[in-house]
Amino acid sequence: MLYREAGQFKSTYAADQQIFPILQDRIAIVALLVVAFVVVPLIGNQYWLSAILTPFLVLSLAALGLNILTGYAGQLSLGTAAFMAVGAFMAYNAVLRIPHMPILGAFAIGGLCAAAVGIVFGLPSLRIKGLYLAVATLAAQFFVLWAINRIGWFSNYSSSGVITAQRMEILGYPIELARDKYLLTLAIVALMALAAKNLMRSETGRAFMAIRDMDVAASVIGIPMMKTKLLAFGISSFYCGVAGALYAYCYLGTVEPEAFTLDLSFRVLFMIIIGGVGSILGSFLGAAFITLFPIFLNVLSRSIEAALGIEMSHAVVSNSEAIIFGGLIIFFLIVEPNGLARLWQIAKEKLRLWPFPH
Amino acid sequence: MTFFIEVVAGGLLAGVMYALVALGFVLIYKASGVFNFAQGSMVFFAALTFVSLLERGWNLWLALAVTLAAMVVLGMLTERIVLRPLINQPPITLFMATIGLTFVLEGLSQLLWGSQPHGLELGIPDVPIEWLSEKANINISQFDLFAALVAGVLVAVLALFFQKTRIGRALRAVADDHQAALAVGIPLQHIWAIVWAVAGFVALVAGVMWGVRNGVQYALTFTALKALPVLILGGFESIAGAIVGGLIIGAGEKLAEVYLGPYVGGGIESWFAYVIALLFLLVRPEGLFGEKIIDRV
Amino acid sequence: MERARPIGEVLLSVEGVSLAFGGVRALNGVSFDVRAHEVRAIIGPNGAGKSSMLNVLNGVYHPQQGRIRFRGQEFRDMDSHRAAVLGIARTFQNIALFKGMTVLDNVMTGRNLKMRCSFLEQAIWIGRAKREELTHRRAVEQIIDFLEIQHIRKTPVGRLPYGLQKRVELARALAAEPVLLLLDEPMAGMNLEEKQDMCRFVLDVNDHFGTTLVLIEHDMGVVMDISDRVVVLDYGRKIADGTPDQVRNDQKVIDAYLGVAHA
Repeated sequence: MLYREAGQFKSTYAADQQIFPILQDRIAIVALLVVAFVVVPLIGNQYWLSAILTPFLVLSLAALGLNILTGYAGQLSLGTAAFMAVGAFMAYNAVLRIPHMPILGAFAIGGLCAAAVGIVFGLPSLRIKGLYLAVATLAAQFFVLWAINRIGWFSNYSSSGVITAQRMEILGYPIELARDKYLLTLAIVALMALAAKNLMRSETGRAFMAIRDMDVAASVIGIPMMKTKLLAFGISSFYCGVAGALYAYCYLGTVEPEAFTLDLSFRVLFMIIIGGVGSILGSFLGAAFITLFPIFLNVLSRSIEAALGIEMSHAVVSNSEAIIFGGLIIFFLIVEPNGLARLWQIAKEKLRLWPFPH
Repeated sequence: MTFFIEVVAGGLLAGVMYALVALGFVLIYKASGVFNFAQGSMVFFAALTFVSLLERGWNLWLALAVTLAAMVVLGMLTERIVLRPLINQPPITLFMATIGLTFVLEGLSQLLWGSQPHGLELGIPDVPIEWLSEKANINISQFDLFAALVAGVLVAVLALFFQKTRIGRALRAVADDHQAALAVGIPLQHIWAIVWAVAGFVALVAGVMWGVRNGVQYALTFTALKALPVLILGGFESIAGAIVGGLIIGAGEKLAEVYLGPYVGGGIESWFAYVIALLFLLVRPEGLFGEKIIDRV
Repeated sequence: MERARPIGEVLLSVEGVSLAFGGVRALNGVSFDVRAHEVRAIIGPNGAGKSSMLNVLNGVYHPQQGRIRFRGQEFRDMDSHRAAVLGIARTFQNIALFKGMTVLDNVMTGRNLKMRCSFLEQAIWIGRAKREELTHRRAVEQIIDFLEIQHIRKTPVGRLPYGLQKRVELARALAAEPVLLLLDEPMAGMNLEEKQDMCRFVLDVNDHFGTTLVLIEHDMGVVMDISDRVVVLDYGRKIADGTPDQVRNDQKVIDAYLGVAHA
C-alpha cells in the first residue's frame, strides 16, 4: 500500500533513466543518507564507528570494485587484496615522498597505481577466460604481496614491511577522530558508488555485461574486446586501490603486507556472492553481512555460553564460524544465486502488494 | 653438477607431491566438470583424521581404512548436499560452492581434531638412499622415491580405469554434459558419489605423503592452490598431464628458488609457479594435454 | 518484387572463398555478389556451409582462401569488429543475445559504435553523457516500436519465448543502422503466425531503411516470396545462382535440395 507506484508514470525517457524512478525509493535513499551523514556521527559511539561502520564502508567499496570486474564484466578475480595493497602502499608513498600532497590526491594516486597493476594483470584476460583467468589473478595476488614485502622502497625500508599511515588533514582540518574518519570514508564511498551506478547503467556497463554474457556476440556488434576488458580491470582495480588506501588510513592505521592476503580476496569475493553479483546494492549488502556476521556469531556464542554454563574456546568459535560461513555460501548458491540483492528485490515486489496477498 | 642433479631431483619429487593433489582435481573435473577447490582441504581433512587416529593408538591399517571410509562418506555427502541441488548451474557457481565447501571442511577438521601440527611417520625414513649417496654423492630421500612410486601406481590404475572400464566411460560422459548423461540413463548421483569417493581416496594418499614430508598442519590446505598451476600446465582433464605438470612445476620452482632466488631476495616459491602458469596460458590456453576450445556460434 | 528503393550496384562480393576446419571443408571456392537494397537468400541442405558463409562475411571465421569486397574496399579476410564498423550487422541461428540484460539494454548495445562519450563522462552523468544516452534511447525506442516489442522492453531477455528473442535480436542488429544485414534462419522454430510477422518485419526493414539483406532460410515459400536472388550451396560449393524462379527449376538444385513433388 505504501509502496505502490500507482500514478507515477514516466513521460520522458529522462525520467525513466533515473537511478531511483520510484518516488518512495527516492524518499528512502534521502532518509538513508541523512541518517548516515548526520544521525550516525551524532549518536554513534567510538566502537561502532571505528570498528564496524568504517570497515564496512571500506569493504563495500572493495566489493564494489570486485563486482564491477566479476559481477558485471564476468572476469573472475582472486586478486582483490593485492590491488588494495597497492592502493594502500602507494598512497603512503605519495604522502611520504611528494611534498604537500593532499590526502585525497594520495588516495587517487593509490587508486591509479592499483589500476595500472590491474591492467597489467588483466592482460591475460584477452586470451584466457573463467577459471584460468582466476589463476592469473592469483599470480597477481602472490606476486604483488611478495614484491611489497621484498622491495624496501614500498615500506620506506622498514625492516618488517610495516607502514604507519600518516596524519590526514583536509584544508587545514585534521581528520583524526573516529567520527571524522567515518565521515570521510562515507563521503568517498558514496560518491564512488554513485559514479559506479552511473557507469553501469550507461554504455560502459552494457559493454561489460555483454562481454560477460556472450563475448563473441559482443565483438560482432562492435564492442571492442581488449579495450573493454582492460577498462573493467582498470576501473575495478582503481576502486579496490582507493578502498585499500582507506583501509590503511581510516581503519588500520598501522599496515603490514599480511593484512592483504588471499584470505581478504576471498572475503570480498564472498561479499559479492552473498550480496549479489552484478548489483551495486548487493556489494553493500554483502559487505554488511560479512562484517556483521562474526559479531553476530560472537554474541550468539556468548549467550550460548551463558545459557549452558559452558565455555567455548576461541578456536571452537572461529572454526564454527568457518563452517557456518561455508555453509551459508553453499546455501545462497543453491537457493538464491543472485544473492541478497535479489531477495531484496523480491521483498520489494511483495511490498508493492502488501497488505494484499495478490 | 651433483648439486644441480640434487636440486632437480628434489624438485621433481616435490612435483610428484603436487601431482598427487592435482590428480584429485583432475578426477573430479574429468567426471563431473566441477573444479573442486576444496581438494586441498580434503587432503588436509584426510591427513588430519589419519594422524589423529594414529596418535590415539590405532593400528595403521585400521586407521587407514576408517579414514578412507570417512572420505567416502564425505564424498557422498558432498554430492548430495552440494552438487545435486546445483546440477546444470554454470561452472562458476559450482566452483564457488566448492570454495564454500573448503571453509566447511577446514573448520570441521580443526573443530574435530584441534589445530596443532602433527608429525607423521610411516616407517620409511626420510634419509638419503645409501648407495646413491655413496656411489654418486647424490642425496635423494628414500621416502621421496617411495612417494613417487606410489604416485606412479595410482596414476596407472586411474588411467586404466577411465579408459577401459564401463564406469570410466560413463564418467567421461557425465563430465561432458550432465543433462545429456541423465537423458541416456546414466545414474548421475551414483557416478558422482563414486567419483568423489575416489577423489577422497586420492586425497588421503596425497595427505599421508604430504604429512610425512611436511607435517600435518593447516598450511596443507594451501597445496590446493599450488595444484592450480600444475593443472594449467597439464590441462584440467588429463591424468598424465597432472603428473607431467607437477614434475615441471616442482622442478621449475626449486631451480628458480636456488638459482634465481639469491638475486631477488628469495621467496620466489610463493609466486613462481603461478607466473609460469600465467605465461604458459598466454601461449597455450588449453594446457599441454588439454583440448582446444572452439566457440561455435 | 517491387522495391521501395531500386536495386543498385554491387555492394558486396565474395570471390573464391574457401574455409576448412582441420580436415573438414566447410566452403570450397564460393563466389557470388550482393547488390544494394536487394534481398539475397542463401539456401541449401544442412551442412552446406550457409552459416559458415555468413560467419566469414562478418569476420567470425577467417577463410583460408578468397577475397571479400565490400563497398569498394577489398579484404583478405574480415575482422568481426571491422565488419561492425563497416556497417555489417547480423543475427544468429542460436540467438546470441545477452541473457543477463533486459530487452532495452540488449538493443541499446547495438548502438555502441555510435556512442562517443568516455567512461569518465559516463561516470559523472551530466551534460554530454546524459544527452547522448537519451538521444540513443530515442532512436532505439523507434526500433522497438517498429518491431512491436514495447511491452517487453524491461523484461530480461532470458525469460522471453524463442520467437520474441529472435525479434529482439533483429532489433539489436537494426539499432546499429547497418548497411548490410545478415540474417541466419530468422524464421527457424516459428509457427505460421510468427513467420508471417517476421516476414513482414524483414520486408519492412528493407523497404523502410533500405537495408540490404542476406538471409539463410529453409522455408522455401518464404524464400521464393521475398527474395530477389538466391544462392544455392551444397557441400560447401555453389551449385546455382539466380532469381527464385531460375533456381526453383534448376535440376541440380532439385536433386540436391528441393526434391520433386510426387503427385
